[in-house]
Amino acid sequence: MSATIPSVDEFVELLVVASSDLPDDVEAAIGRALLLSGGTAGCILSEMRDNSELARVRRQPVCQDTGIPYVLATGLGLDSSGRRDFKARLAEAIRICTSSGVLRPNAVDALTGVNPGDGIGEGIPQVHFEDEGCERATVDVLLKGGGSENVGCQYSLPDQSIGAGRDLEGIRRCIIDAAFRAQGLGCSPGILGVCVGGDRASGYEFAKRQLFRRLDHPSSGAFAALESELVDQINSLGIGPMGLGGSPTVLGVRIGSLARHPASFFVTVAYGCWALRRRRLLASPDGVWVVV
Amino acid sequence: MSDGFCSGGGSVNFEANQVRLQSPGDRDVIRSLRVGDRVLLSGFIVTGRDLVHRMLARDLPDSVRPLLRNAFIYHCGPVAVRDGAGWRIVSAGPTTSMREEPYQAGILKEYGLLGVIGKGGMGRATSIALAETGGVYLHATGGAGSLLASRIVGVPDLRYLAEFGVPEAMWVFQVSDFPATVTMDSTGSSLHESVLELSRERLAALVGP
Repeated sequence: MSATIPSVDEFVELLVVASSDLPDDVEAAIGRALLLSGGTAGCILSEMRDNSELARVRRQPVCQDTGIPYVLATGLGLDSSGRRDFKARLAEAIRICTSSGVLRPNAVDALTGVNPGDGIGEGIPQVHFEDEGCERATVDVLLKGGGSENVGCQYSLPDQSIGAGRDLEGIRRCIIDAAFRAQGLGCSPGILGVCVGGDRASGYEFAKRQLFRRLDHPSSGAFAALESELVDQINSLGIGPMGLGGSPTVLGVRIGSLARHPASFFVTVAYGCWALRRRRLLASPDGVWVVV
Repeated sequence: MSDGFCSGGGSVNFEANQVRLQSPGDRDVIRSLRVGDRVLLSGFIVTGRDLVHRMLARDLPDSVRPLLRNAFIYHCGPVAVRDGAGWRIVSAGPTTSMREEPYQAGILKEYGLLGVIGKGGMGRATSIALAETGGVYLHATGGAGSLLASRIVGVPDLRYLAEFGVPEAMWVFQVSDFPATVTMDSTGSSLHESVLELSRERLAALVGP
């Protein structure tokens, strides 16, 4: 059975909430960090908290860099005309949000930088449809800014420059190195989405999707211990909020894995800024889509 | 915090120097600032991102010199909404400053800027130019777009909108108590360099050299 397609208004509401209201787990993590911090780091964190409250109350963008909408539509079971319709409604919602100050016009010509001003371009927004193994229809959106996107990176193991072999210790070294190289440029304290395995393209894709996972739902299995160890180790680097020293440097690390070619061993890190803007539309049984 | 300054958050008393600044302002005041000082800036600041910096470096336009003289340039591409004949700024945090490193030193000197507001800090050439001109780099909190926009009380001027679009245009913001941290000062000191060095040492301790 296929679900309905969200209306333009429902897409607009998704984008407004995503842009203006941080997820509760992210806000809680900022709040906990603030209690433990002082000095410059404390000032920066208190600005982050105050900003989140102001943005939610005013329904205005948490950050002026509203990114490029990354959309994952799961379990809708749409045929090709349904997918066209989905994309058309989403594009209309982006145009509305761009003219009303919910989104910044961020789609520019690759070579000339010319900005058509409506937030739409070739390959923007990014939409992915997945239908296998889904119980409920959902539409997830991630608004990820350019600063954090620019510090994402990929390692091909073995990597002798950081002493990383093809094992858990090698993976650990890659992720710490990525956090060190980013310093504060991705707007720390960040959330690191990591893909172990995959190929060049799927590694980046799957690393970014880890940012949809909640901070209070850690991995189980092989990566569970590594995720929490890495948070402590990266936070001991002293990079701190916005890279101005102190702690924390990360709010969380989420690791997922994909099968790989025997000859390849990629570790890919997607850097999510502290203002991690992810929201979901959930289909209710009566056909209405609700933002959660 | 009735004076508007930050008290330093949860667990540690904040001992940094806290200063109110004006833009345009007095270079001797700017010269006396040191890394770690917290400031609240009021007056007029001018935004510039990649296209504005390239244009300022290449075209040397006289028309914008009065806007920049003894003022701060702000690395920012805002979210702005038309409001009658004017504009309302709804989100306006800093963008990554390092992209302007090739231009910044020359622009600081050519236009007589007091300094730069941005995020992430800048490199050697800018640091040397700040020392030569008695300027500072002010670090604003990335992602705090809504909070920082609430300190923008007016948009008295706007240049290059048609050419560059909303994020890249040259916006003149009137600001009141705009919060920032001095992270590069006129003695050549840079908090970004010292955090990088400290974290490099700690990285070596974690994973070996």
